[in-house]
Amino acid sequence: MTIIAELNNVTKAYGSKKVLDGINLQIHEGEILALIGPNGSGKTTLLKILAFLENPASGEVKFQGEAVNSKNTEKVRMQSTLVFQKTTVFSSSVYNNIAYGLKIRKVPKTVRNAEVKKALEIVKLEGFEKRPALKLSGGEQQRVAIARALVLKTKLLLLDEPTANLDPKNADILEEVINNVNCENKVTIVMTTHNMFQAEKLPHRIALMNEGKITEIGSPADVFGKLSKNLARFAAVDNTFAGAATATSEGTTMVDIGNGVRVEVTSQRQGEASIFVNPQDIILSKCAIKSSARNVFMGRITEITDLGSLVKLKVDVGKLFTVQITKRSFLEMRLNLNAEVCIAFKASSVQVF
Amino acid sequence: MADVFGGVIEALGKIVTGDPELYGILYRTLFFSGTAVILAALWGTAIAMLIALNEFRGKTFIKTFFNSMMGLPTVALGLILFLLFSKGGPLGFLGLLYTHAAIIIGQAILVTPLLISIAIQAIEAVDPEIMNLAKTLGASESQASIAVLKEAVSGFLLSNIAAFNRAIGELGVVSLVGGSIVGGFYRTDVITTSISFNTNIGNLGLAVALGIFLMIIVFIVNILMLAVRNAPAIMGFINLPLILKIKLAIRKTKR
Repeated sequence: MTIIAELNNVTKAYGSKKVLDGINLQIHEGEILALIGPNGSGKTTLLKILAFLENPASGEVKFQGEAVNSKNTEKVRMQSTLVFQKTTVFSSSVYNNIAYGLKIRKVPKTVRNAEVKKALEIVKLEGFEKRPALKLSGGEQQRVAIARALVLKTKLLLLDEPTANLDPKNADILEEVINNVNCENKVTIVMTTHNMFQAEKLPHRIALMNEGKITEIGSPADVFGKLSKNLARFAAVDNTFAGAATATSEGTTMVDIGNGVRVEVTSQRQGEASIFVNPQDIILSKCAIKSSARNVFMGRITEITDLGSLVKLKVDVGKLFTVQITKRSFLEMRLNLNAEVCIAFKASSVQVF
Repeated sequence: MADVFGGVIEALGKIVTGDPELYGILYRTLFFSGTAVILAALWGTAIAMLIALNEFRGKTFIKTFFNSMMGLPTVALGLILFLLFSKGGPLGFLGLLYTHAAIIIGQAILVTPLLISIAIQAIEAVDPEIMNLAKTLGASESQASIAVLKEAVSGFLLSNIAAFNRAIGELGVVSLVGGSIVGGFYRTDVITTSISFNTNIGNLGLAVALGIFLMIIVFIVNILMLAVRNAPAIMGFINLPLILKIKLAIRKTKR
């Protein structure tokens, strides 16, 4: 597998605060790599180093096998572009925004016009060329930002929380664009995300970051399949609870996670334990149903998040559980905030670590 | 009272008939203040960029210095420049005292702190990520700085308009280093010095006419400042598609 970019023992500090601490990372050509981790774990700084906007305090950054230094920064920067988390647009037209990088690269006007048009089609903003970028909605501005990056056809595309604060429609469009650009144009993408659902379905690999270090790296199935303590430490991971495990007479184990919530698991572990239940493994119903699920709890819906075709619900059963259902189920069940619901999951669905 | 009315009527007469004395002073004033602002903008914008785009020790002190210099009494600056330019002064050998150049340089120095302060605010108000955005799209350091400047352009316009406003209405520098020479080719009298001089000698007609011009200029300048400040709102207010539709409709009717 070809390595497009490589970080060897990279460190970075702002004043006395160490933001990156001995990062070793190889980015494979054509992959989507997601960086996940809590706020302040160094994800954005890592992206800025890969965009050659920041220099590491120590360590080496290589791009296509070539070590990056002050002499070739501007040259390699042409091959890597970053889309910021906080959408920034020039106070000009959409066309001027998207064409900016092409003008810098001295692309002829006719080619430029065609490329801008094509990029706008990709992000589903056809005919927006003359609109003032600042007057667009947040989602539209973010799509302009993506188009502005795509039009450059750089080898490496860096996306910092590309769908954060976007409505489900815009988030869906962007996810589709990211996927298509990677599949069809073979663009290597490194993105940060807090959205665990996105992290599970979009990237080929996930790198977990904490306190400026990469603590784990692997495929989404690897990382989420055997949920590690590192991942569990992130507040962003739903349905992760710590408790005390005790054996039952039936040969299973009961984990008391507090507030009167006791979760039955198949693991034989005793004493202190952390558990994780995948939101997709939880069955939601309006009343208790007879099933093989060993864990059944009644609670109330406290939060509803529309994720496009899916809906994420937070259910308070004494502890907050996140449940993921399809939008169709959500509509058919006529669920709303504060509605009383029942959640159920099998003992074998609970991961203990 | 009769004098005042007489003065106003005489002033209106001079404005309407295009009195050469009156319009000569007006053009001279506009030329001096305009040139001074252009000069100040040249160095002021560069200094503002250096201060706003770089982090260094003493930055706050320098910004505070320019801010406080905005309130410098024009008479005090006029006196300092007079001492510098006078024959016995360190720059006396240049022979600048009581010349057009002295007025332009004096006014340019006067408006520089104001121009720098507003320009710094304008640059600092630009989204700090614009520089990085330009760079990540492939811009070099200088191209990225130009991108920041473009974002601050309305702030720069505002700084120039405010500087012109201060220059045209000041009296201290022009009277002390310009001398308000009334006769000959190298006349240095401008609106403010002429109002003062003509009021003192009882020539109220010219003084009032000049006063009217000065107020009109200040009024126009302030309208311009408002327009620049509210540029996006005004642009939004002007419904270009609607105007085009009306124009097309008129054309069709004519056919």
